[in-house]
Amino acid sequence: MNTATKLVSLAALATSIAVATAGCGASPEAPVATTAPPNSVELRMTVWTSNEDQLALFDTIAEEYKADHPEIKSITFESLPFPDYNTTLTTQIAGGNSPDLAWMGDLSRDLIASDALVPLTDRLTETKGWDYDDLLGSVTSEFTADDELYAYPFSNSPFALYVNESLLAAAGQSLDTSDLTWDQVSAVGSAVNAATGKGGFVIRDFNYSSWNTLATVWTGWGASAWNKDGTKCTFDSDEMVDAFQFLHDAIYVDASMPGPGTTADFFAGDSAFTIAQVSRAALLDGSFEYDVYPLPDGPEGEYSVLGQAGVGVLESSAHVQEATDFLAFLTNPENAAKLAQFFPPPRKSLLTGEKLAENNTKLTADQLEAVVIDQLPDAVTLPNHTSPAEISQKAKTALDAMWTPDADVKAVLSSVCTAIDPLLAT
Amino acid sequence: MTTTHSTTRGASTDAPRGAATDVAPPSYPKRRPGRFWTMARRDALTGYLFITPQLVGVLVFVLIPVGLAIYYSLNDWNIFTGELSFVGGENYAALLDDPQLPTVLGATAIFSGGVVMLNIALGLALAVMLNRRFRGVTLFRTMFFSPVVVSVVAWTLVWGFLLQDNGGINGLLAQFGVVGPNWLQEGPTAMTAVVITQVIRSVGINMVLFLSALQGVPGELYEAARIDGARNSTMFTRITLPLISPTLLLTAIITIVGALQAFAQIAVLTEGGPGLSTTVLVYYVFQQAFEFNHIGYGSTLALMLLTFVMLLTVLQWQLRRKWVFYED
Repeated sequence: MNTATKLVSLAALATSIAVATAGCGASPEAPVATTAPPNSVELRMTVWTSNEDQLALFDTIAEEYKADHPEIKSITFESLPFPDYNTTLTTQIAGGNSPDLAWMGDLSRDLIASDALVPLTDRLTETKGWDYDDLLGSVTSEFTADDELYAYPFSNSPFALYVNESLLAAAGQSLDTSDLTWDQVSAVGSAVNAATGKGGFVIRDFNYSSWNTLATVWTGWGASAWNKDGTKCTFDSDEMVDAFQFLHDAIYVDASMPGPGTTADFFAGDSAFTIAQVSRAALLDGSFEYDVYPLPDGPEGEYSVLGQAGVGVLESSAHVQEATDFLAFLTNPENAAKLAQFFPPPRKSLLTGEKLAENNTKLTADQLEAVVIDQLPDAVTLPNHTSPAEISQKAKTALDAMWTPDADVKAVLSSVCTAIDPLLAT
Repeated sequence: MTTTHSTTRGASTDAPRGAATDVAPPSYPKRRPGRFWTMARRDALTGYLFITPQLVGVLVFVLIPVGLAIYYSLNDWNIFTGELSFVGGENYAALLDDPQLPTVLGATAIFSGGVVMLNIALGLALAVMLNRRFRGVTLFRTMFFSPVVVSVVAWTLVWGFLLQDNGGINGLLAQFGVVGPNWLQEGPTAMTAVVITQVIRSVGINMVLFLSALQGVPGELYEAARIDGARNSTMFTRITLPLISPTLLLTAIITIVGALQAFAQIAVLTEGGPGLSTTVLVYYVFQQAFEFNHIGYGSTLALMLLTFVMLLTVLQWQLRRKWVFYED
């Protein structure tokens, strides 16, 4: 190749890049049909469920999609154990074995900040019949950055107060549900513990390790783990000190909350109350009478907290276009209705007590209306930030000092801020 | 040619003990011009073929990963984007600035020291007790060895339940009117629990090694000592310990290396807590590299651990001349 030819080639290449760049920066294009040859695309989606019914539903939806998309050779749903999900997913990405689509929880902020997720807003908006405006604003914010949605919030399960009515009756206790407060829950829990030896209230999955679940309590005191833009720790605020003082007293003074190292499973009948997501109602086996209520009021009044999971497309996928197209199909109104039998949906059209009750044998339409529908619009999510594992570990290490009878609550919470402020600032 | 070779070997086998250095090295026939596969080359090839599987294993599972760890330690890797940027010695400098590292190293020293001392002492004591003939000795040997073959995760999970505040251990203590501590929630008891759990699981290996060594000690030495009026303690320190010192060296090395590699016990029982009280170096490496996604810093810590293990092994190997007795 002589010099002139090289220059011409270079100019052509530069022109191509310029055109392509301009195209990317222009207004959103209509979805482009795939150019993949028939039977050439293998999609893989990582999930943390191993529930056979849920996996069977995913397979059914995938088969329907394949029937109309000859380019798809296979769609597999890889079930990874929940405790190691983030570690396994990041190891797969690091090892060049990235899935095409992935469920995500607290890893979403890292993935979004690293531009590792495919933006979805334009693609979903332009998909005929997808009805983007049907999504509830309060549930998309966790997976949105700069007005761009990066993951579809397929599961939006508010936290609720489960009550073991049988245990309360055995202890001669009852709840005034017209004025349900944390003080009342603690007092009744303490009385149940004294009368039966069973636990009072249990924050499910906390286990003196997953402190972010305590947001289901401290939000009632008007506290939060960090400020709105996530740059400064607020564990040392007066509201947080009061909330943790309440918990500390519940453990070491009132004995209304089982202490560290004590196992008490509400769903096995070991405690009077538990705070758990509505989706945990599936664990109720009918061995005792139960009821479910929105979270008790704190000093700041009513509040609600939400646990979420999203599904997105990874930029490292070899088939971004096809994976995004499948995601649009998986989450369209028809399939979202099917998924709603397992996961509280993000679509306003599906959020009625009657519709949720169609697929829920444990809770009534009225209960679901009260603990799901009424809570979602104003719910806050559990604390989430970039570097979630490191923040979680550093704060847990500092918070461990809280779980002794003579702990200095304010000093411990200050040490939490000392530990995590450098991570929040970066 | 073969005859000549085997005759030479046979001569060395028949030589008196201790005279090995006097035996002439194997003599190979002179190489005939133009013949490549001489006896020496065939022997060498056979030797290399024998060690090839091990060499491949070492290359794939040790040397290449160590090389990669060195490479990653010099880089910062954003695993979400795949970007790898050279940072030189920054990760090594970070070792000095890491406020958690001194606590982690302290926990590692306490855990390893505790495991090594208890494991060797208990292993030796069990071996001495079970190195005699009495009814049921095989049952006892099997009982003490059986935890070695149990999955470490399953073993630790069971102990996790037993060590709960309302678990089996405290339930047993309560039968005697003793209020047990909250084993896994308080720093000192958590470390004690982790060490003891590890020792009970692995002491069987050392017990078997010591048993084997004890059975190799000639009985006539004890007879002679008894005739001279030696007490049991004197016989143990003057005869038993010196003669089993090579096994002591072996058990010390494998126990230290094993203690420095302990991971599942920590991950399942305490997750390094409370605080950092049971966060040993291996667990810290895992956290940094695979939970916090600091692959570069995690690799640097892993190389530090490798250096520790190598230094300790070399140190013991050097010290063996001072305290290990070899019959030869």
